Amino acid sequence: MDFYLTALLQGLCFSALALGIYISMKIFNIPDITTDGSYTLGGVVTAIFLTHHQPGYIILPAVILAGGLAGALTGIIHTKLKINALLAGILVMTALYSVNLSLMGRSNLPLINVSSLFSVITISTDPNHNTFWILALFVVTITLIIGYLLKTDFGIAMRATGNSESMIRSLGVNTDRMKIIGLALANALTAVSGYLISQFQGFTDISMGIGIVIVGLGSVIIAETLINWFRITTVWLSLILVIAGAIIFQLVLAVTLDIGVDANLLKLVTAAFVLVIVSLPRITQRGK
Amino acid sequence: MISLQSIHKTFNPGQANQVNAVNGVSLAIKPGEFVVIVGANGSGKTTLLDMVAGSVFPTSGDILVDGEDVTKLPDYRRSRWIARVFQNPVSGTASDLSILDNFRLAAIRTKTKGLSIGINDEFKKQVKEKISTLGMALENKIDQPMGTLSGGQRQALTLLMSVMDACKILLLDEPTAALDPRSADLVMRTADKLIKDYRLTAMLITHNLKDAYNYGNRLILMGEGVIVKDIDAANKFALKQNDLFDWFG
Repeated sequence: MDFYLTALLQGLCFSALALGIYISMKIFNIPDITTDGSYTLGGVVTAIFLTHHQPGYIILPAVILAGGLAGALTGIIHTKLKINALLAGILVMTALYSVNLSLMGRSNLPLINVSSLFSVITISTDPNHNTFWILALFVVTITLIIGYLLKTDFGIAMRATGNSESMIRSLGVNTDRMKIIGLALANALTAVSGYLISQFQGFTDISMGIGIVIVGLGSVIIAETLINWFRITTVWLSLILVIAGAIIFQLVLAVTLDIGVDANLLKLVTAAFVLVIVSLPRITQRGK
Repeated sequence: MISLQSIHKTFNPGQANQVNAVNGVSLAIKPGEFVVIVGANGSGKTTLLDMVAGSVFPTSGDILVDGEDVTKLPDYRRSRWIARVFQNPVSGTASDLSILDNFRLAAIRTKTKGLSIGINDEFKKQVKEKISTLGMALENKIDQPMGTLSGGQRQALTLLMSVMDACKILLLDEPTAALDPRSADLVMRTADKLIKDYRLTAMLITHNLKDAYNYGNRLILMGEGVIVKDIDAANKFALKQNDLFDWFG
């Protein structure tokens, strides 16, 4: 059962990442893989602030700022230098590896004897329940903020940017600026996941971000399948399904561990699982 | 209202595939004029319209809108005066967004898109009233995604969207090219009505000579990137439909 509880908690931690990928991939239609770098960056910034015993309330803004900067950089390279978004993301992600490593000074920072988000706030005496409620509160807050944002005039313009660029430009929106803001937002959210995970697992590791973009993609694709299935058009339900996607994704991985699959094969299982979800709608369609 | 001064546009200069799309066009369009532009493919019509809109910049020459030099202003900054209807209905509307969202963006074309929620009951009522004037029974479908509508419905809505916010100039780039004859007729009549009702200055590109004959109060024939004929309202009125066909004969 522990497997599944951990999976649920991890799923909540990855919700921000999934929302970030949802924004870059589904809303802006940009394949952004800065993710691997900005996720680790979030963890690195958290670890540095925590090990230097900085007050907790400045860590999250710093993490958001760091992630936002990374995303904005990808956005600027993509829009101003007209470089393919995928390549722009790879460039920033690669550069961030060195940045992260030199920021930490070594490849791993343990966060065992420092007070983290989960030890400072006490909602329940059971540590697992406590973690769950803190994460739940966190995820609800983020969802409310993003949901509100997407409903505003600015948010509608954001959604239109990925949908019909010629239209939104003729309606007075600087699409380059909009994409930079969008990628900044997406990577700020990704960094928040790094912030949550490093405190949850009790360390930040330089390799924690490798392949993490797949976790986000998988979550969003699960969500998209559900969204198409139930023909959902509202923003709120879509966001909730993205979070559900993040949790389902982790639960599936927990199942594979539970039935005794070698942990070394986890990334292979992850890739295979994402492949299955991506191809499932197409395979069933062909059958009809 | 619009003034083009010796405009040239060369694509891929100095390369094997160099194209001299527009070769010295000077044109002054007065407020309230509805200019119809005809011409063979490759005559530079669309490039000219794109330069007025700001999505293509001239190689040389100046563009003035409402007395202001806008030559270097990008399209999203010219939206203060200019609304556009594209040839492809997909370009003028956002398919995945609801009709209501599309109208909301159109209603704030000249304003900043801020961090407040602009769609309220009053706005919905206003949109429904506007849409009902089309007589297409779309007013109860405003929450549907734009992509579920037909090309004709989308073009008609795009036209309506252009007058949701203060608008002086309407650019129509073959708005009916992708439509069946009935929808095309409806879209053209809607455009004509809006241009008259809102006293818009308009430029229409069309390959449909019947439309070129029936609509507008100034007719321009383009060829090889220059203006070949420029016919004012009085002379256009005296023109016969067959004269137009003879131009292309």
